[in-house]
Amino acid sequence: MKCIVCMTHVPDTASIIKIGADGKHIDETGIKWIVSPYDEYALEEALKLADEGKADEVTVVTYGPQRAEAGLRECLARGAHKAVHIVGGEKTLGDSLAIAKVLAAALKDREYDVILVGVKGVGTDNSQVGQMLAELLDLPHVSNVVKIDWNDGAVAVEREVEGGHEVVESPLPAVLTAQKGLNEPRYAALKGIMAAKRKPVEKIELSALGLDEDTLAGADATYNVRSLELPPEKAAGTIIQGEDDPQAAAAELVKLLHEEAKAF
Amino acid sequence: MSGILVFVEQRDGSIRKASLQALSEAHRQAAANGWPVAAVLPGSGIEGAAGSLGAYGAAKVFIADDANLKLYSAEGYAEAVVAAVKQMEPNAVFFSATAMGRDLAPRVAAKLGVGGLADVTGLTLEGETFVATRPVYSAKAFAIVDTAGKTPQVISLRPNVFAAEETGGNAEIVKLDGLTLSIRAMVKELVSSEGGELDVAEANIIVSGGRGLKGPENFALMRELAGLLGAAVGASRAAVDAGWIDHSHQVGQTGKVVSPTLYIANGISGAIQHLAGMSSSKIIVAVNKDPDAPIFKVADYGVVGDLFQVVPAMIEEIKKLKAA
Ligand SMILES: Cc1cc2nc3c(=O)[nH]c(=O)nc-3n(C[C@H](O)[C@H](O)[C@H](O)COP(=O)(O)OP(=O)(O)OC[C@H]3O[C@@H](n4cnc5c(N)ncnc54)[C@H](O)[C@@H]3O)c2cc1C
Ligand SMILES: Nc1ncnc2c1ncn2[C@@H]1O[C@H](COP(=O)(O)O)[C@@H](O)[C@H]1O
Repeated sequence: MKCIVCMTHVPDTASIIKIGADGKHIDETGIKWIVSPYDEYALEEALKLADEGKADEVTVVTYGPQRAEAGLRECLARGAHKAVHIVGGEKTLGDSLAIAKVLAAALKDREYDVILVGVKGVGTDNSQVGQMLAELLDLPHVSNVVKIDWNDGAVAVEREVEGGHEVVESPLPAVLTAQKGLNEPRYAALKGIMAAKRKPVEKIELSALGLDEDTLAGADATYNVRSLELPPEKAAGTIIQGEDDPQAAAAELVKLLHEEAKAF
Repeated sequence: MSGILVFVEQRDGSIRKASLQALSEAHRQAAANGWPVAAVLPGSGIEGAAGSLGAYGAAKVFIADDANLKLYSAEGYAEAVVAAVKQMEPNAVFFSATAMGRDLAPRVAAKLGVGGLADVTGLTLEGETFVATRPVYSAKAFAIVDTAGKTPQVISLRPNVFAAEETGGNAEIVKLDGLTLSIRAMVKELVSSEGGELDVAEANIIVSGGRGLKGPENFALMRELAGLLGAAVGASRAAVDAGWIDHSHQVGQTGKVVSPTLYIANGISGAIQHLAGMSSSKIIVAVNKDPDAPIFKVADYGVVGDLFQVVPAMIEEIKKLKAA
């Protein structure tokens, strides 16, 4: 089998977020960039298939600026065989359809049995690219996947929904979006890190795909950020000291919740 | 092109609460422009349920009633929604940002050649343009966004943020015919979690426990408090990763995003990735023995103290209140 893993390179989830000078993006100074956590589950699933001898090729693809190469190297270090870097994406950040168009253009002539993506790219938090990519490539998709049984030319997967899960069967190729619980991502071992340095990263310019970022972000844009704002300062809450008399503190809390907040 | 089409979700023929919230919000927004509001409801044996949507503001309900639509499939449901879009030509299509809505909306959007505004927590209408507020970067920022002039504007609304409101009214039922329903990824079964526990994503009140609970057995205390309040039990990732409770209870960045009326965090420090999942709750309560725990910065009410003393006392007080 040949597996494609889509990876997006995002600010570390522990980053302190400041608004940039244009008022529409974050200030990137001091930001540490990581492989989006859900993409780690997507990659791990492909690497497990390779370990089991079911997959002979794991290719990681990203559409991102130069720094995203570090994310690809991280994936190579964990064991991915190939990496593809479509360079760009700063102007289309958050525009899921534009991103899906770029990925679809890059993948349409490649050979693959499955495309694994994360359920959500953290930061922009859209949860859209996988489903849109499936539609553009005319593939079935299943999102929010927490378990996959790999069969011949098909998968049986569990998809997490409110109050339970759905059991879904799909032929391959398909797009599957990985949710936490699917697996435990591995770390890169030193040997892998050394080996990754020698693995090539294929660079693709948007023009080679017949696309250009100015059109994607201009006439064809489907997502317009008017502004990015910090959450309003929250007024200080009512904090009750309950170390000495927890009983009294609990009574006061329940009273406040009932009478003042009318929470129950 | 005018009006708002709302995708309505059902399970076993009963309409999901989150869909009624989306429908009500569409009704409120449409009033400003005198726009029509319609719903689209795929399923099997759903005609009865469709009629009830009039009361929440749908003047028309497009139904796709087919045995193959009894359970969800992105492809089948997307075909039904697109068929309704073609008939109505709405200015916007609303979804609720549930597991189903978040799966379906982008597939529908891509079919229509538009993008999407996902999981919005605020919505205003400027002329014919929706301006939405979306939490981004783990709710450390909010993006104010629109669809860059593309229509229909596909928008999913975070559950429990927008109120459901019965306004009365009757809906005309319109059957969607001629669907091909070529479904490749097929849901075979919907399996409910053990005990049929209330899901955090759907609860009005959530009682959550974290590492401060010290062990799996102490989730019994959370369940007791939750039981009294008709609440769902949530958890931090630390509690989930320790194996104390199933991942389906996890709230946060890599868990569920929730927006209950009341969120009670017990023995949870309030790491940013946890806040990402619950900071849009209306009232946040924290019980933590560390007065400097970051959870107190977002809490509306809090008790600094030992949860093993405070929570049982709360349970006692709530029982008293109920008895009164
Ligand atoms: C990529 C990524 C994704 C993540 N996603 C999530 C997510 O989805 N959800 C999530 O929750 N976390 C997530 N995390 C983890 C997060 O960073 C924290 O590690 C986690 O939330 C901590 O859980 P906790 O608050 O239960 O534990 P701790 O941080 O250890 O806090 C325990 C708290 O309990 C208090 N306590 C201890 N004993 C008592 C007592 N007897 N009475 C009262 N209080 C007591 C302590 O004072 C402390 O504040 C993620 C992390 C990363 C890197
Ligand atoms: N720029 C990108 N390059 C490659 N894959 C991406 C990109 N953006 C999103 N994805 C994939 O799509 C998933 C969902 O992203 P999103 O829809 O942005 O939340 C991510 O987890 C990635 O697997």
